[in-house]
Amino acid sequence: MNFSVKALSLSVAAALLMMGCGKNEEAPKPAATAPVAPAATVVKIGHVGPLTGGIAHLGKDNENGARLAAEEANAAGIRIGGAPVTFEVIGEDDQGDPKVGNTVAQKLVDAKVVGVVGHLNSGVSIPASAIYNQAGIPMISGSSTNPALTEQGFAGVFRVVGRDDQQGPAVANYLVATYQPKTVAVIDDATAYGEGLANEVEKTLKAAGVTVLPREKGTDKTADWKAILTKIKGKQPDAVFYGGMDATGGPLLKQARELKLAAVFSFGDGACTDKMAELAGAAAEGLICSQAGIPVQAAGKSFTDAYKAKFGIDPILYAPFTYDSTKLLIAAMQKADSADPAKYLPALKAIDFTGASGTIRFDEKGDRKDAEMTIFTLKDAKITPLAIIKGGKSLTLDEYAALVAPPAAK
Amino acid sequence: MDILLQQIINGLTTGSVYAIVALGYTMVYGVIQLINFAHGEVVMIGAMVAFSVIMAVVGMGLPLPPVVIVLGGVLAAIPVCMAIGYLLERVAYRPLRHAPRLAPLITAIGMSIVLQHLALLIWGRDPRAFPQIMENTSHAIGGAAISSVQIAIILLSVAMMAGLTWFVYRTKFGIAIRATAEDVRVAALMGVDANRVIAVTFVIAAALGAVAGVMVGTYYGIAHYTMGFILGLKAFSAAVLGGIGNLAGAMLGGILLGLVEALGAGYIGEFTDLCQWPVARDLLAERCMADGHVVLFGSNYQDVFAFLVLILVLVFRPSGLLGERVSERA
Amino acid sequence: MNRKTIGFILVALALLALPLVLTQVGTAWVRIANLAILFVFLSLGLNIVVGMAGLLDLGYIAFYAVGAYVWALLASPHFGLHLPFWVILPVGALCACVAGAVLGAPTLRLRGDYLAIVTLGFGEIVRIFMNNLSAPFNITNGPKGITRIDGFSVGGLDFRATDTFLGIDFTGPAKYYYVLLLLLLGVIIVNLRLQKSRIGRAWVAIREDEVAAKAAGINTRNVKLLAFAMGASFGGIAGGMFAAMQGFVSPESFILHESIMVLAMVVLGGMGNVWGVIAGALLLSFVPEFLRYTVEPVQKALFGHLLVEPEVLRMLIFGAALVLTMRFRPAGLWPEARHQKEMGEMKEADA
Repeated sequence: MNFSVKALSLSVAAALLMMGCGKNEEAPKPAATAPVAPAATVVKIGHVGPLTGGIAHLGKDNENGARLAAEEANAAGIRIGGAPVTFEVIGEDDQGDPKVGNTVAQKLVDAKVVGVVGHLNSGVSIPASAIYNQAGIPMISGSSTNPALTEQGFAGVFRVVGRDDQQGPAVANYLVATYQPKTVAVIDDATAYGEGLANEVEKTLKAAGVTVLPREKGTDKTADWKAILTKIKGKQPDAVFYGGMDATGGPLLKQARELKLAAVFSFGDGACTDKMAELAGAAAEGLICSQAGIPVQAAGKSFTDAYKAKFGIDPILYAPFTYDSTKLLIAAMQKADSADPAKYLPALKAIDFTGASGTIRFDEKGDRKDAEMTIFTLKDAKITPLAIIKGGKSLTLDEYAALVAPPAAK
Repeated sequence: MDILLQQIINGLTTGSVYAIVALGYTMVYGVIQLINFAHGEVVMIGAMVAFSVIMAVVGMGLPLPPVVIVLGGVLAAIPVCMAIGYLLERVAYRPLRHAPRLAPLITAIGMSIVLQHLALLIWGRDPRAFPQIMENTSHAIGGAAISSVQIAIILLSVAMMAGLTWFVYRTKFGIAIRATAEDVRVAALMGVDANRVIAVTFVIAAALGAVAGVMVGTYYGIAHYTMGFILGLKAFSAAVLGGIGNLAGAMLGGILLGLVEALGAGYIGEFTDLCQWPVARDLLAERCMADGHVVLFGSNYQDVFAFLVLILVLVFRPSGLLGERVSERA
Repeated sequence: MNRKTIGFILVALALLALPLVLTQVGTAWVRIANLAILFVFLSLGLNIVVGMAGLLDLGYIAFYAVGAYVWALLASPHFGLHLPFWVILPVGALCACVAGAVLGAPTLRLRGDYLAIVTLGFGEIVRIFMNNLSAPFNITNGPKGITRIDGFSVGGLDFRATDTFLGIDFTGPAKYYYVLLLLLLGVIIVNLRLQKSRIGRAWVAIREDEVAAKAAGINTRNVKLLAFAMGASFGGIAGGMFAAMQGFVSPESFILHESIMVLAMVVLGGMGNVWGVIAGALLLSFVPEFLRYTVEPVQKALFGHLLVEPEVLRMLIFGAALVLTMRFRPAGLWPEARHQKEMGEMKEADA
C-alpha cells in the first residue's frame, strides 16, 4: 500500500512534469517567426547536400556557393527592417540518403532557419520538401532537376535549375539537329537523376523518329562499363547519351574509346564538368553535354573569381545555382523588409533577379521561368559553350549576350 | 562472334582483378577462418598511394618511361598497404582471436569505416583521375580489341597466383602457414610462431591488395575513397564462389565472376526481349511496334545475375567450387 | 507493489514523457528517436536469426524493404490504392515472412560465411529489383521511389499533423513515437516469450550444435525456416512503419550498409540477449546523431576553428568506437548470460 501511494504520487508528479513541458512548448512558438530586433540580428539560412559519400565533392561545392553568397551579403551590410543583419549558413550533411535528409531537414526547422538552400539529390529533396512545407519554410534547390519536386503543390518549394523535362529535350534536339543520328544508345546510372534525364532524352529522340536501343544501366558506382559498351558497339549506334555523374561518365567515355566505339557521346549536367577531361583524358575531347542555365562564362565572372579567391578551387558544377539560391532568399527578404518566411515568400515568388546563372523568375509551380539550357562541348580539356537554348531557340554565346545586354546594363 | 570474344576479354580482365583481391580474402580466411572485411579498403588505399606517387613523379617531369613510373607507384603502395595489413591484424583481429566469431567482423567493419574516412581526409572527396601516361595501344585479335593494360593485368595476375602458390607450397614459411591453417595449436607445438604466421599472412594479403589497387586505378583511370567497398564485395563473392580458403579457388572464382558479369550484361537483355517471344509479342504488339523491343531484364540486372550464379553454385556445392567439404560443425 | 513494479512504472512514464521532453530540444530528436525504435525493431528481428538461431544473415534489410514497399504500393497514389493500416501491416509482415522462407529454403545446407554471402546477395537482389522494376512495366517506380505515401491513421486521427490534447501539442513525430512504442512493446514481449519457449530452445540448440540438435529430435529444417520467417516478419512490420513515417520510400534506403548496421547493433549489444540488442540498437542509432550535434562546437571550442570536418570526424569516431567496444567487450555490451559464446563453434586456438 505504502509503495503504491509512492508510485501514484510519482506518476502524478511525472504527469505534471509532462503538462509543464507542454505549456513551455507554447512559449517558443512565436519565436519561430524570426523577430526583427533593432540590434544586429542573425538570420539563419540552411544549406543541405551530401558531404559524405560518392558525390560529396558536389555537395561541398554547393555548400561553398551558399557560403560565398552569405558572406558577400554580410560584407554589403544589408539592413532588414531598419536593423543590420548577419546571415549565417548552417551546413548540414544529408549523405544523399532520403532518411538522413528528413532528419537534417527537421534539424534545420528546429534551428529556426528562415530558408533552405538544397538539397542536392532530387531523391532527397522531394521527401524533405514536405517537412519544410509543413514548417512554412521556403526551400530553393540549386540542383534537383526531377520534375516531381515542384509538382507536389507546395507553395514554398522552388528550384533555380532547369527540370529534366526541359534539359532532356534540349540536349536531344541539339543532337538530332547537329548529327542527324539514326540509332542512339541511351545509358543511365539507375539513380533518380540519371534515369529521369535519360527517360526525357529517349522520349524526345523517339518523337524525332530516331531508333533508340534498349536502355542499358550501370550504377552510380560503376567503374567497369566495358561489357555494356561492347554490347552497344555491336549495334553500331551513331550517338550515345549517358544520364549520370562525371565520376562514372568519365570512365564510360574512356572505355568507349578504348573499344573503338566511334559514336558521338552526349551527357547531362551531372557529367558536364571539366573533370570529364581529367577522367577520360583525350577521349573526352568533342563530347557534347548540357547544363541547365546559362554558362558561368556568360554571367558569372565575378562569381567564379570570388569563389576561387575564397576556396582556392574552381566551382565544380552547381555552386552558381546554390549561390544564386542564397542570394534570392536574401533579396526577397530585403524586398519584403522582413526575414519572416510568411512575409517574404510572396516577394520570393515574384522576384526578378539576375545572378551568376542568369535571370531568375519563378513560374506558379516554383520552377525557373524560361530556363535557359546551354549545350557545351569539351575543347582543350575545358567545357566550352556551343549554344544557349532559350525559348526553343538555339543561340550562340554572342547572340545571347546581345539579347540580354539591355537589362544587364540597367 | 567478335562481340562474344570482346566480352570474354572484358570478363577475363575484370575477373583477374577480382581474383587478386579474392586471393587476399582467401589467404586470411585460410589461416584464421575469418573474413577480413577491411580488405577492400586496403585495395583502395593502394590505388590512392600509387595515384599520389605517380602524380608527383609526373609533376617532376623526369624523363622516365611510363612503365617505370607506374612500377614506382606500385612499389610505394605495397609497403603502405603492408603496414595497414599489419595494423589491421594487430588492432582488429589479434586481440579478438578468442572472442566470439562475429566480434572481429564488427571490429573489421569499424576499421573499414576509419580507413575510408582517413582516405577522405587525405585524398579528398573528388574522384581522382589517374594520369593517362601509359600508351594504351590496342591489339586486334579475331575482330576484338585487347589493350596493353588488359594484357598486363591478365599476365600479372597469373604471375602473382603462380608466385603465391610457390610460396605457400614450396617455401618453409609457406609450410608454416599451411600448418597454422590446419590447426593453430598443433602448429604451435611444432615450433611455428602462430602470431607471426598470421601477421605475415595479413601483410601478404595486403601487398596483393596494393597491386590490385594499382591495377584497378590504371585500368579504369579512376580512384575514389569509396571504391574499396564494391570491389571488396565482388572479390569476397569470388573467393566464396571458388571455395574460400583455397588459392586456386580464388583465382577460378574471380575469373568466373568476371565472365558471368560481362556475359550477363552483354546477353541477358537479348534473351529477355519480350518482342521475340510469340505470345508476349502479341500481347505487347503496340509497344513492340513502337520501340522494337521490350526488354524484361537488361544490363541493370548484371549483379543479380552474378549473385544468382553464386547462390546456385553454393546450393549444389555448399563449400564453393574447389572448397573442401567442411565438416558438419564448421 | 514491489520495487520492480515501481521501476517498470517509472520507466514507462519516462518513455511516455520522452517525446515531449525531446520536442523541447528539437523535433529532430523525436524523429531520431523514432528511427532508433525502428532499428530496435529490426535488431530484435535479426536477433532471432543471428542471435538465437546462429544463422549469419547479411541481407536482413531486404525484409525491411519488402515491408516498406508493401505499404508504399498499397497506400499511395502510385497505384491509387489507399488501404487502412490494419490491412497493410499484416500483408507486409506476411510478404516479408514469405520472402524469409524463400531465402531460407535454398540456404539450409549452408554454414557460416557461405550463408553470409548468400544472404548478402539476396539482400542486393531485392534492392536491385526494386530499383529497376520501373521498366518495361512500372511496378516500384524505380530509383525515383514512391512519394506521397499515406501516413498512419486511425479513425480520422492523422499522425502527420500536430494535435493539441490536454493543452499539450503533439507533433506528428511525437504521435508516431507512441504508435512505435506500442508496437515495440509487443515485439519485446514476443521476443522474451520466444527466448523461453520450445522453439527458442530449439534455435539455441541449433546454434550451439546442429548435429546434436538433429540427433535430439529437433526438425532442424523447419526450425531454421521458422527463424528466417519470423525474423523477416518483424522486419516487414518495421518497414511498413518506416514508409508511413517518411511518406517516401526509395531503394537507396535499403542498401547493404543498412544490413551491416543492424548486424553491428545486434553484435555490439550482445547477441541473443533481448535487452542487450535493444541497448546496442539505441546506442548505434543515437551516437552518430549525437556526434552530429557535438563535433562542430567542441572543435571550435578547443581549437578555435574547424580542424576536421564534422561529418568526417563523426564517422571516424563511430568506426573507432566499434573497434574499441568489441576489443574490450567481445561478447557485446550486455551478453546473454547463459551462453557467452555464440554461433558456430569457437575456434579454440592455442591453449
